[in-house]
Amino acid sequence: MPKTLFDKIWNAHVVHEQPGQPALLYIDLHLVHEVTSPQAFDGLRMAGRSVRRPDLTVATADHNVPTTVGRAHLPLEDEVAKAQLDALSRNCAEFGIPLYDMNHARQGIVHVIGPELGLTQPGMTIVCGDSHTSTHGALGALAFGIGTSEVEHVLATQTLQQARPKTMEVRCTGQLPRGVTAKDLILGIIGKIGIGGAAGHVIEYTGEVIRSLSMEGRMTVCNMSIEGGGRAGMIAPDRTTIDYLRGRAHAPKGADFERVAAEWLTLASDPGATYDTLVEIAAADLVPHVTWGTNPGMVVPVNGRVPRAEEAASSGDRRAYERAFEYMALEPGQPVQQIKLDRVFIGSCTNGRIEDLRAAAAIARGRRVASTVRAMVVPGSMLVRQQAEREGLDKVFAEAGFEWREAGCSMCLGMNPDILSPGERCASTSNRNFEGRQGKGGRTHLCSPAMAAAAAIEGHFVDVRSWS
Amino acid sequence: MQAFRRETGVVAPLDRVDVDTDQIIPKQFLKRIERTGFGQFAFYDWRFREDGSLNPEFELNLPAYREASILVSGRNFGSGSSREHAPWALQDMGFKAVIAPSFADIFFNNCFKNGVLPVVLPEQTVNELLARAKERPGYKVTVDLEAQTVSDEEGPVAGFEVDPFRKHLLLNGLDDIGLTLEHGDAIARYEEAMPARLRGLTIAAVR
Ligand code: SF4
Repeated sequence: MPKTLFDKIWNAHVVHEQPGQPALLYIDLHLVHEVTSPQAFDGLRMAGRSVRRPDLTVATADHNVPTTVGRAHLPLEDEVAKAQLDALSRNCAEFGIPLYDMNHARQGIVHVIGPELGLTQPGMTIVCGDSHTSTHGALGALAFGIGTSEVEHVLATQTLQQARPKTMEVRCTGQLPRGVTAKDLILGIIGKIGIGGAAGHVIEYTGEVIRSLSMEGRMTVCNMSIEGGGRAGMIAPDRTTIDYLRGRAHAPKGADFERVAAEWLTLASDPGATYDTLVEIAAADLVPHVTWGTNPGMVVPVNGRVPRAEEAASSGDRRAYERAFEYMALEPGQPVQQIKLDRVFIGSCTNGRIEDLRAAAAIARGRRVASTVRAMVVPGSMLVRQQAEREGLDKVFAEAGFEWREAGCSMCLGMNPDILSPGERCASTSNRNFEGRQGKGGRTHLCSPAMAAAAAIEGHFVDVRSWS
Repeated sequence: MQAFRRETGVVAPLDRVDVDTDQIIPKQFLKRIERTGFGQFAFYDWRFREDGSLNPEFELNLPAYREASILVSGRNFGSGSSREHAPWALQDMGFKAVIAPSFADIFFNNCFKNGVLPVVLPEQTVNELLARAKERPGYKVTVDLEAQTVSDEEGPVAGFEVDPFRKHLLLNGLDDIGLTLEHGDAIARYEEAMPARLRGLTIAAVR
């Protein structure tokens, strides 16, 4: 029977199976960060257990770290955050887990450094105590987020008990129009299926649009699978994947690499393989998107308007719309391009990669951030930061009035000092616009890096397609 | 893990859809390295005003719901982040079960791992429960995992589905790591036969 990419990886990782029980799935790579791991390590210690495969486990400090330039030499003022970062260092030392700590040259957001260092490879099962682990599926891995109890389970056993999820094909046909990016594609998909639309499913993105995306673009798409409710997002490995991984620090080298690369190509879904659900997206219809509300499904075209309560699909949605109008301080029916901004955040595991910074810099070059806006660029990793500096992007940003910072999650969730003040409105390249996500009372609008950069310059949203 | 068999308690109605984990436990409280003590911060931004006083407009702040042990809410409850701090916070606040028309996958899973029972009921039934809890503050139901039923003083409200294996673990409060470790030999055999591609992985070597 023809098999999907998901079937092939799942089947290859079943350690044990018996009727009426979830499968025991082997985990090839376990990524760990400071926020969701301390209680798991404590659990191990309390039960007198060890980490089964520290050699298949990698940790980084990303959520809490300050992004102030020169942070290595500054005291960490937040005592509670410091305690959590120290706990990660202690736990990694005690259990023999390699750690990319705050001052490491390869530190960065866990979902940026995995692929960038070649840790993430096609055909793997990858988990992390973080919902955006779906990002790694862009390289043809089965990667999903887990809770802290499951982190402890993987640390102790290198396996997970998992019920087999359903599969969804999101088939993206045609070509992305000029000025429309991977971010707009995924926002469009979420707008179509809704934020619970892929619940219980692993999504495979297929079609010409996906094939023509760069690895960075594919990661942006897979990253936000969780915003559509998906368990994971995946894309079959191809030449783009192989070219991306060749020469990466942890990837196999030389003849070994060419041998595994040939195996990776066999992972693609077989012709005629079937999925439980099919969603079709015609790329030609897509436009740049901006979220107006308090979840990623509340999204409209940049040339559109904030909806009216009557347009809501149900009474529950209607009340959610009304709450969102109030929280976001928006008028129903207001044109999106009239929305004025106080802050702009370019970064996160969705759009903090080199290609994202290039796209933002291309807009910023030779222009100035509006005097009413504070804009910052936070690279997804220290390697992205170094690469951007080699290309002179830091100067482009600095000359345009953007702050150029060190790597971390930063204002994507505001666990470190990078937060919005109550009432501040922000164009953000991150993935969640929940109430208070970027700071209590803060108002978040999600969009692509180019759209965010253009909004920083104009002080309000603009349609990048109408820019030169 | 704490076992769950049956719970009779006051229903707290949280009549909103898509309640995300950022609302259940906001990020500023995720820095704690313990599993306990999160209840005081649950729904923080909704529950408290700027000055730290209780927000009288937040539905769960009604005195009648303070002792509630069963939370009822709209579809897609627990969406967003994987933070297990969300079920920890609900549990610490006193909730033993959450009833909704649907749940986000990771949250749903995390509940089971902590002895909190997520119950999926049809939207219409959930709406009825919400209405009763709002009209009659102090309204109680019994959630019985063994029988897979929700009932109130007047009789049965609805039956619900639950994965038999999860039910077994929860009824007996079993530690699933312990169960997995019983398959230690199978894991070791899998590792011995691990495909060659994994030997290309050299995590420890790159520093
Ligand atoms: S950048 Fe944001 S979404 Fe990504 S891992 Fe960090 S906090 Fe989570």
